[in-house]
Amino acid sequence: MLKTFPKGGIHPPENKITSSKGIKRMAVPKVVNVPIAQHIGIPAEIIVDRKEKVEIGQVIAKSGGFVSSNIHSPVAGTVTKLDLIIDSSGYKKQCIVIRTDAKDPSNFEEIEEPLKIDIELEPKEILQRIADAGIVGLGGATFPSQVKLNVREGTTLDYLIINGVECEPYLTADHRLMLEKAEEIVVGIKILMKALHLKKAVIGIENNKKDAITLFKKVINKGDGIQVAALQVKYPQGGEKQLVRAILGREVPKNGLPLDVGVIVHNVGTIFAIYQAIQFNKPLIERVVTVTGKKLENPSNFWVKIGTPIKDLIAEVGGLPEGTRKLVNGGPMMGKAIKNTDVPVTKGTSGILVIAEEEASRGEAKNCIRCGECVYVCPMGLEPHLLMNLSEKGMYEKARAEDIMTCIECGSCSYVCPSHRPLLDYIRFGKNIVKKLENSKN
Amino acid sequence: MTDSVLYSVLLLVSLGVIAALVLYVVSKKFYVYENPLIAEVDEVLPGANCAGCGSPGCKSFAERLVNTDDISELFCPVGGNDVMKQVAAILGKEVVERDPTVAVLRCQGSCDVRPKTTEYQGPRTCAISAMVYSGETDCQYGCLGDGDCVKVCKFDAMYMDEKTGLPVIITDNCTSCGACVEECPRDIIEMRPRNKRDLKVFVGCLNEDKGGIAKKSCSVACIGCAKCEDVCPKDAIAMLNNLAYIDPVLCTLCRKCVDVCPTHSIIETNFPPKKVKKVVEKKVEVKVAVIKEHIVAESKKSKTDA
Repeated sequence: MLKTFPKGGIHPPENKITSSKGIKRMAVPKVVNVPIAQHIGIPAEIIVDRKEKVEIGQVIAKSGGFVSSNIHSPVAGTVTKLDLIIDSSGYKKQCIVIRTDAKDPSNFEEIEEPLKIDIELEPKEILQRIADAGIVGLGGATFPSQVKLNVREGTTLDYLIINGVECEPYLTADHRLMLEKAEEIVVGIKILMKALHLKKAVIGIENNKKDAITLFKKVINKGDGIQVAALQVKYPQGGEKQLVRAILGREVPKNGLPLDVGVIVHNVGTIFAIYQAIQFNKPLIERVVTVTGKKLENPSNFWVKIGTPIKDLIAEVGGLPEGTRKLVNGGPMMGKAIKNTDVPVTKGTSGILVIAEEEASRGEAKNCIRCGECVYVCPMGLEPHLLMNLSEKGMYEKARAEDIMTCIECGSCSYVCPSHRPLLDYIRFGKNIVKKLENSKN
Repeated sequence: MTDSVLYSVLLLVSLGVIAALVLYVVSKKFYVYENPLIAEVDEVLPGANCAGCGSPGCKSFAERLVNTDDISELFCPVGGNDVMKQVAAILGKEVVERDPTVAVLRCQGSCDVRPKTTEYQGPRTCAISAMVYSGETDCQYGCLGDGDCVKVCKFDAMYMDEKTGLPVIITDNCTSCGACVEECPRDIIEMRPRNKRDLKVFVGCLNEDKGGIAKKSCSVACIGCAKCEDVCPKDAIAMLNNLAYIDPVLCTLCRKCVDVCPTHSIIETNFPPKKVKKVVEKKVEVKVAVIKEHIVAESKKSKTDA
């Protein structure tokens, strides 16, 4: 019997159409729009001017505070303007627009570095390098990695967990990365183990990616202290708390972090970015993006420069098919619908999903029939129907007492609701208000 | 027979007397002194419990009025100056007279001038759709059209116009309690002074985008051309972030700005229809032309700069 988390969870159709498609390198876009707020926390501060020439990998916006991250130029070119451009949040945000220099050879060099196993840097240097390289959690939450790795002295830490679950339907970016860069990822894990003085690490992979599991078992040497954990297929296993519970059987306290039970969790994409930053001093300027959809001509996985407009990606897979209703940044469960195709790819974009008319509509919301499905599937053990009603009626204090803030917004409740009630919409709204109330109290 | 009637009457009378005694003793023993002024002030207040004053209801506002020494900062927007004067007379305190205000909608983005570019399927409340994204149109500043302001209005002073998709304020019913101003996530409702005939001139737009982008998303958007600022004889118009704002204190309602606005984003209300005077019109035209040249020259300059 394979491991999994015990409470709740759902089994949406997997639809991993692109799992056999290798990661292709996207052509360098003519123009990139790099938003300065690509991570959770304080937006970065712009340090370039209009008409300034920038090199590939040059810092163009520096970290604006403790929870913030550097942003580097993904191309060599000229800054044409600092403008407000709509991003995946649906609002216009400050962006740095860079026109690619078509003559600069550094834009088109395809460097495939050989595997570099020896780790030369000391733990402190590793953490500094990660901060400098602007690495954030690439699983989608975009939390600055250096903050996550900043473990206070005296904290007992015994496990590093690598999240290769990719429980979202459709997305295959992590899966492909694991297949193509397994050895590099193992080195990345060793880098983090050295930085955090850890002896044990576990890679969690769901059982629908058997090829990745066997590959990692082959690549890892016995003395490394790295294990591979095959997990049952269940959404939302990629949530930190669910993953820790599934692999180690440890329950993360309700308002706590995995750190409270001695664990740090990182996504495989983040690990690969760390490997590149440490071994080759490459900042985070590109990532793997799955462009997928049932009706697309040629859905695939791509290495994409940060800031590439999504329309370039769509063109690469054969254009928008007829009857397209919705474009989603991310997976179908937790992704966010975007307003137009000018939205740039950011550090948090794991996939672009093109949804057709028949799958896009939500169905008319009807009354709650008290079936309890939402309670049954909630992986955090909450009562979504109650939380929705409380935030709809404006009873935010009560909603907080019912632990609305522990909701991980996985959307399982909305997925199973037979009355199509907008459970997550209201819960997310309630969370926002509760957060504001808490901030105003402090 | 008579006995049973007598007994029951006696029993009930004695029960009544005992209950009365108990009540008397309790009311004396647990007496709480309440300032009689509070009831008196509460009587004068409108009793709408709208919370426009900042207190949860009229009774608690009366308590605040009685217990605060300096009440010059407290004001009942529904009752207005009349009620505050009565309160002042009862309490023997001084109140500051305030100009009456009325809510105005600073968005004209109806369905025909501001085309929808996306479709929203989530719960239809402004609060949630504002949290999710910038709305169904390309304007991220204007009305979302889900009517949170109408739901919150306690005085039937607002309704949603189905044709335009915008809320309409019935100024006669508006008590300027400010509930809609608080509720609107886009802050498009503003309290502006109301004069006798309810004449108002204000910019009906909050779009801070640059001219071209604003105009693309909504044909009646303020494009920040600053023509109104130039034409205003009283310097009542200020430009900030590509958006004009008319200061109601300085504005003399001359309406010169309304005439020059190229996108008709300045709204005038309740003015009688204009008498057409040829001479005046000519003068205005000349001015416009001059300003245009001025702007063209400036824009050329800035282009060469770029």
